[in-house]
Amino acid sequence: MSDVFLNGKYLGKVDDPKAFVASIKDERRKNKLAGSANVLYNDEQNEVYVFSAGGRLRKPLILVKDGKSLMTEQHEKQLEKKEISWTDLVKQGVIEYLDASEEESAYVAFTEEEVTADHTHLEISPLVMFGLCTSLFPFANFTQGTRVSIGSKNQKQALGFYAANYQLRIDMDISLLHTPQVPIVKSVMHDVAEYEKHPSGQNVIVAIMGYDGYNMDDALVINKASVDRGLARSTYYRPVVSEELRYSGGLTDEISIPDKEVKGYKSEKDYAFLEEDGIISVESNVKEGDVIIGKTSPPRFLSGLDEYNLASSTRRESSSSLKHGEKGIVDFVLVSESSNGNRLIQVRLREQRIPEVGDKFTSRHGQKGVIGLIVNPGDMPFTASGLTPDLIFSPHGIPTRMTVSHLLELLGGKIGALAGRFVDGTTFESEKEADLRKELASLGFRDNGTETMYNGITGKKYKARIFVGNMYYLKLRHMVSNKLHARARGPIQLLTRQPTEGRAKEGGLRLGEMEKDTFVAHGASLLLKERFDSDKTIVPVCEECGLIAVYDNYKDKTFCPTCGGDVNISNIELSYAFKLLLDEFKTLGVYPKLNLSNKY
Amino acid sequence: MNIPKEYLNEFPEKIIDDLKESGKGLTDSKFKKVLEKTLEEYKKARITPGECVGLVGAESIGEPGTQMTLNTFHFAGVSEMNVTMGLPRIIEILDGRKTISTPMMEVYLKGKLSGEKVKAHALMLKETLLGVVVDEFNIDIADLKIDVLLKEDKLTERSLTSATVANVIKKAIKKATVTKEDNTVTVKLTGKDASLNELYRTKEKLKDVFVSGIKGIKEVLPVKRKEEFIIITAGSNLNEVMALDFVDTTRTTSNDLYEVHAVLGVEAARQLIIDEVMKVMENQGLNVDVRHIMLVADTMCVNGNIKGITRYGVVSEKSSALARASFETPVKHILAAALTGERDELTSVVENVMLNQPVPLGTGLPGLVTEVKK
Ligand SMILES: [Zn+2]
Repeated sequence: MSDVFLNGKYLGKVDDPKAFVASIKDERRKNKLAGSANVLYNDEQNEVYVFSAGGRLRKPLILVKDGKSLMTEQHEKQLEKKEISWTDLVKQGVIEYLDASEEESAYVAFTEEEVTADHTHLEISPLVMFGLCTSLFPFANFTQGTRVSIGSKNQKQALGFYAANYQLRIDMDISLLHTPQVPIVKSVMHDVAEYEKHPSGQNVIVAIMGYDGYNMDDALVINKASVDRGLARSTYYRPVVSEELRYSGGLTDEISIPDKEVKGYKSEKDYAFLEEDGIISVESNVKEGDVIIGKTSPPRFLSGLDEYNLASSTRRESSSSLKHGEKGIVDFVLVSESSNGNRLIQVRLREQRIPEVGDKFTSRHGQKGVIGLIVNPGDMPFTASGLTPDLIFSPHGIPTRMTVSHLLELLGGKIGALAGRFVDGTTFESEKEADLRKELASLGFRDNGTETMYNGITGKKYKARIFVGNMYYLKLRHMVSNKLHARARGPIQLLTRQPTEGRAKEGGLRLGEMEKDTFVAHGASLLLKERFDSDKTIVPVCEECGLIAVYDNYKDKTFCPTCGGDVNISNIELSYAFKLLLDEFKTLGVYPKLNLSNKY
Repeated sequence: MNIPKEYLNEFPEKIIDDLKESGKGLTDSKFKKVLEKTLEEYKKARITPGECVGLVGAESIGEPGTQMTLNTFHFAGVSEMNVTMGLPRIIEILDGRKTISTPMMEVYLKGKLSGEKVKAHALMLKETLLGVVVDEFNIDIADLKIDVLLKEDKLTERSLTSATVANVIKKAIKKATVTKEDNTVTVKLTGKDASLNELYRTKEKLKDVFVSGIKGIKEVLPVKRKEEFIIITAGSNLNEVMALDFVDTTRTTSNDLYEVHAVLGVEAARQLIIDEVMKVMENQGLNVDVRHIMLVADTMCVNGNIKGITRYGVVSEKSSALARASFETPVKHILAAALTGERDELTSVVENVMLNQPVPLGTGLPGLVTEVKK
């Protein structure tokens, strides 16, 4: 007798739990029961759990019967000829899906060789335990798990050929790599996912060595010759969108070159690129401040009198123009309709991005870094055969992170490039290091991948032999030109009088809570005060009632709105945000009285 | 070596003892020089006025905290016992949590006892729930009753009889009749709401019925500490353990702050905070000066009760209404302050940052006044 639970709810009892569970599994494999059901007998608790609800993660496995895999050679042949498909195998009961609970009772063999009579299932491939991005990580079984996770995440940020119809698309903040390549060191997943149709990196020659400290702390040194020949070049696309909105009372926005009478008219120069229809002409080279789409909107509030005024004089300017630090070439103009039926103008800007100091790159092994120096080819180290690397990677990145796969790919890439073939780096099923070494030796190189190299500046031979080979490198979407920012003075917010936030608004860099703490911990009070001075104001305060008084600029007189003009009023210095806070207190019905006293 | 009177009041006891020890065999004039030099060094080492000790302390504990790994520490032994260590434990202590995740005791015993004796004492401490001494629960759906089959050997091991167990069950389960026959105790539901579900729930409830030992002591582990055996327990009940006559009450401790506070008082609780935080830090191989932690412990215990470093604890007692408002739920704090007519003297950091005034610390502390000649 044991209890049976269906989706966690008590259902009843069965006499023979093992037979009961076996019959459920059997009927499921014969397609008499829903394939989504999973069942587990817990002999410790003497309870049977049946699960059929949604939200369970399930994993496909090959069934094993009497020590033999049900997936036969005949199946494989049929699969190759495309006579049967995956779903047929599931229907035939060759493959079944297990959830986390049923997996408890399964005994899964990792490879076909280790299947015994006790096994119930066989793993389809060791690779199925990974997701797509991790499957693309070559030699992952040689590297620490955390690094594998980092490496898989990095691949998602890589630039590549993201969509074949990119010319017709308006995407936000997207880049296209100019000459993407298929990696020399591949995994099975590269073929399965048809990676050659949307590659996202390039094979570069990498030397693992220092370069005068310019590649310390994960920085990379790259060869100017490679950059000049188009290495890691990309195009950055950014849309500018404007919609002709309709307002109540039949008023609408109007996309056109604004009249000079319009409220907020910029200057004639700013509208210079606009064509007659108010939209910029294609291939014009624009920079910050230039208007991309000219637009005017009706006035915000219509009072009775305004209706008799000339309509154009009260319209507002509401063009879309490039923000601080933005530039580009107009690539494409799309005139269409929004979901609300309004006229929608989308303009795509394009900008060529040549690798520069600060751009971020990564290999597929969680070894990311930014460019620290772009070196003239003449100063680059070279091998005996005269080859200069495209990229120099610091050896200090290797020991602490233990990314052995990084080194193996370098070796594999070298062989691939020399022998003109692809190297299989599929996790758990890759080509063996010993075989790779043998092949490299047969190609006439030292089997450990090192070569004698010479200093490009002095021409002297390096004492150490340098590990140099070929690797797949990815350019990541974080490029300095999108991030570089500094401010000395600039715009402030209307409400708080504090500096604006963010690069696009030419904002300040926030001195946050923790930064404040470091100032306090050092006892640097006056420096701290100076840092927070950005919104300081002089405010007249009535000494009688402690409220903020009024300064009448016209009469050059101060007076208190509650006590009148016949009281002592002092000017004090405080942050404008605090003055705002005092006003908010008043709205709460709280009387914030400032008691003034002389400091000295 | 005698220390001249004028120096006695300058040093703390520890340094005076050290000086007495190291000054042996020195001439008076040389010793005087040593004293002078020591006083100079001692004065240099003192915290200067205006030093922001709280913040420096917070950073000195917080920065190593970022390097902490989420490790649990395992005792080597038969029954695996793990204790929350690392960052979670630090958070637990400094927040002043009422219930901690792994309460634990170190029970010292009076006199030198043999291993066998210690084992027997340990078993006396261990809490026994019904589930442990039961062989099988048989549910009878038709009669709405449960047959509880007791395990003979488990009962004798704990010097229990089936009769005492039956009594315990009778007390614990209401709305049921309890009968006993040999080693079987039968529980029959009688109440109005007797149903299959109720029966099932009763079965689960029966498993957790307390039978013997000390409540809360889930696991016991006798360990050798230096020369003697001590008992480490999972679960804590300081009050009842200290009442036992074989327990050395001067050394027995728990890691439960509130229990120690209730049984031994606030000074013991303060010391426990220091010890427990230091234990975690040392366990992680981090080096934090004990004085930073002492400051935290003092802040938490200053009014006789344990207050956590949270918005309900220490923060709620800040003197400045503006500082409290800037932390959380500003409207609540401001309205409360307005009702009582609170006056903010702007003596602390946050208020002065809000007003853009120099913080009264470090360079902001002294005021410089020059006399103007007329
Ligand atoms: Zn007034």
